[in-house]
Amino acid sequence: MSATALATAAPPDPPIAAPPPRRCDSSASWRLSDRLGLAVAWALGLFFCAITAAIVIYLLLEGLKYVSPHLLVTHPTAGFSESQTGGFLDPMIGTAIVALIAMAIALPVGISTAVWLSEFGRPTALARIVESTVEMLAGTPSIVLALFGAIVFESPVLGFLSQTTNHIVLGRSFFAAGAMLSLVGLPLVVSSVREGLQAIPSHVREASYAVGKSKTATTRRVLLPAARPSVITGAMLALGRVIGDTAIILVLLGSTLNLAGAGGAPLLSTLRGQGSTMTSYIYDNAPTGEGNQPEKAYAAAFVLLVIVLVLNVVVDFTGRRARRLQWS
Amino acid sequence: MQEEIPLEGGSGWSQDQRAELVLGALVCLVVCLLAAMLAFVLHEAWPSFSHNGLSWFGNGGSVDNQIQAIFTSGDVKGAPVYTFHAWPLLWSTIIITGAAVLIAFVSSLFVAVFVVEFAPDWLKRVLEPVVRLLASVPSVVYGLLGVLILVPLIGNDLITQQEKVSVNPTIQLSGYGLLAAVLVLTVMIAPIMIAVFADGLRAVPRNWLEGSLALGINQWRTFWHVAVRTARPALIAGTVLATARALGESVMLSMVSGGVGFAPNPADGLIFFFEPSRGLASTILFNTEELDSPPMKHTLYAIAAVLLFSAVMLSFTGWAAKQPMKRYGMVA
Repeated sequence: MSATALATAAPPDPPIAAPPPRRCDSSASWRLSDRLGLAVAWALGLFFCAITAAIVIYLLLEGLKYVSPHLLVTHPTAGFSESQTGGFLDPMIGTAIVALIAMAIALPVGISTAVWLSEFGRPTALARIVESTVEMLAGTPSIVLALFGAIVFESPVLGFLSQTTNHIVLGRSFFAAGAMLSLVGLPLVVSSVREGLQAIPSHVREASYAVGKSKTATTRRVLLPAARPSVITGAMLALGRVIGDTAIILVLLGSTLNLAGAGGAPLLSTLRGQGSTMTSYIYDNAPTGEGNQPEKAYAAAFVLLVIVLVLNVVVDFTGRRARRLQWS
Repeated sequence: MQEEIPLEGGSGWSQDQRAELVLGALVCLVVCLLAAMLAFVLHEAWPSFSHNGLSWFGNGGSVDNQIQAIFTSGDVKGAPVYTFHAWPLLWSTIIITGAAVLIAFVSSLFVAVFVVEFAPDWLKRVLEPVVRLLASVPSVVYGLLGVLILVPLIGNDLITQQEKVSVNPTIQLSGYGLLAAVLVLTVMIAPIMIAVFADGLRAVPRNWLEGSLALGINQWRTFWHVAVRTARPALIAGTVLATARALGESVMLSMVSGGVGFAPNPADGLIFFFEPSRGLASTILFNTEELDSPPMKHTLYAIAAVLLFSAVMLSFTGWAAKQPMKRYGMVA
């Protein structure tokens, strides 16, 4: 529940905004401790604004300085200077692939889990277990998931998902990274969709039952369409986390900057092969990484930030629309 | 709730029953997967714990040398080495997470109060989406900013040459250290806290506040004693969420905290703040290439098990702390 509190649980404003309390007394008449508290709140609030502005403006300036359209369409190459190392086409494709795989798993599973929790949830004990499982998953550090995935996908049974050389399964591929990342996104989808479903009052369901619809039909035709804003919100939140995760990518996607196919059918080869994403590209190009091309890192961070910004705008927009759609 | 209406005859199962069964099976699958993960991690971690006993958590020797010995013993035909004393890593995680959460909690509380109640209206409207944006910025971006701005600043301006020389044989003070890690981590988790806190504070019924204001209690006191008290479940939820993120943060910390298995010592005075260290999660990230060596694998899984256990305990603590507040009718 707490995971979505971040962005979905913006409580509806009171229907009629109460007039702000009239400040008939100035804070000069307050007790010292109260004035001190107010001063600290203002100071920290303004300090926060300053830091925020500094971060955003700095990233914007640095990003705009180094980002250029050709970076988006050139492949990264190994090199020792900013001009030699190419762009980040491959990491962008990698991010898209990983996000697609992760969401393709997390969305259906997440929505089904939420529907089951909200609409069925019959053995109550199982429902409680599922709830705490999802909560536990939300709290699991992604590096632990990465470590788990590193062993699981090395098993010969799952060898078809990654490269195999001399009967040793590499265990690093887009499939592996996407599958583990779906676990990162899952809790966000579940809690967001569940909140959306629970916000639908029961008389909506009863009206549907009254005209002879089954529970399945009600869920599919009435409840899920009505909860669409929260589905979108959950999906976007999950997408943001999936795109932003670095640990799983570093461990499970390998360390090549370019997409390195595993051979075989073209698309499958890429999916079974290694590659990089925007986050691993930034990590690699930071001074602590192997590439060490800070300008490229800034440019990539800027692009990543723009993607995150777009996701946020979508969340905000759907959230606002959902708020307008009030059940009476 | 309602009578099952068999839509299709013959099969014996109504559509609803089938849907419930399928969804239930899927949910069970997810639960089983997670349970399997838990069991797997603990199983893989067991050799490391059983060889070391409680001294796993203790101090002794250099962690980095122990890790090296553990890794190389995987290739040798002889007995695998498991000796591992993780205290420097634990201490690093504890102190970085603890300090960052503490600073972030106090400042986030005030900032959230400011954002919800005292800021001018236009600022409120701007800050709400901005906080959300900051909360969803990938940690690697914060790490990049830390490495490129904060670390050089600390390394060049705050640490004197004399201090660098004084500890030279043991560790190097180059700006990668406790201060940079705590500051960047604070900046990273504060927006998460602020977002959750502010949601909780906004959900406080307006007429509760007005009741207090009508009694002549000033705005600050009203908000601090009524709204903040009412929103305590949200404060706990936000803190738990942010602490979980801080605890599991590996990439950003591995970028700024300095990759040395060293336990910063508060007795060192000012230098303490500049001393490098490496947390549990970063250690896993540093050594994932060495999973082929069985003892190394078990050791890394033991670290993961500790992290997982802390995360579970954390969410349990949050749940338990929220229980007595349920009677206030506000559940975040």
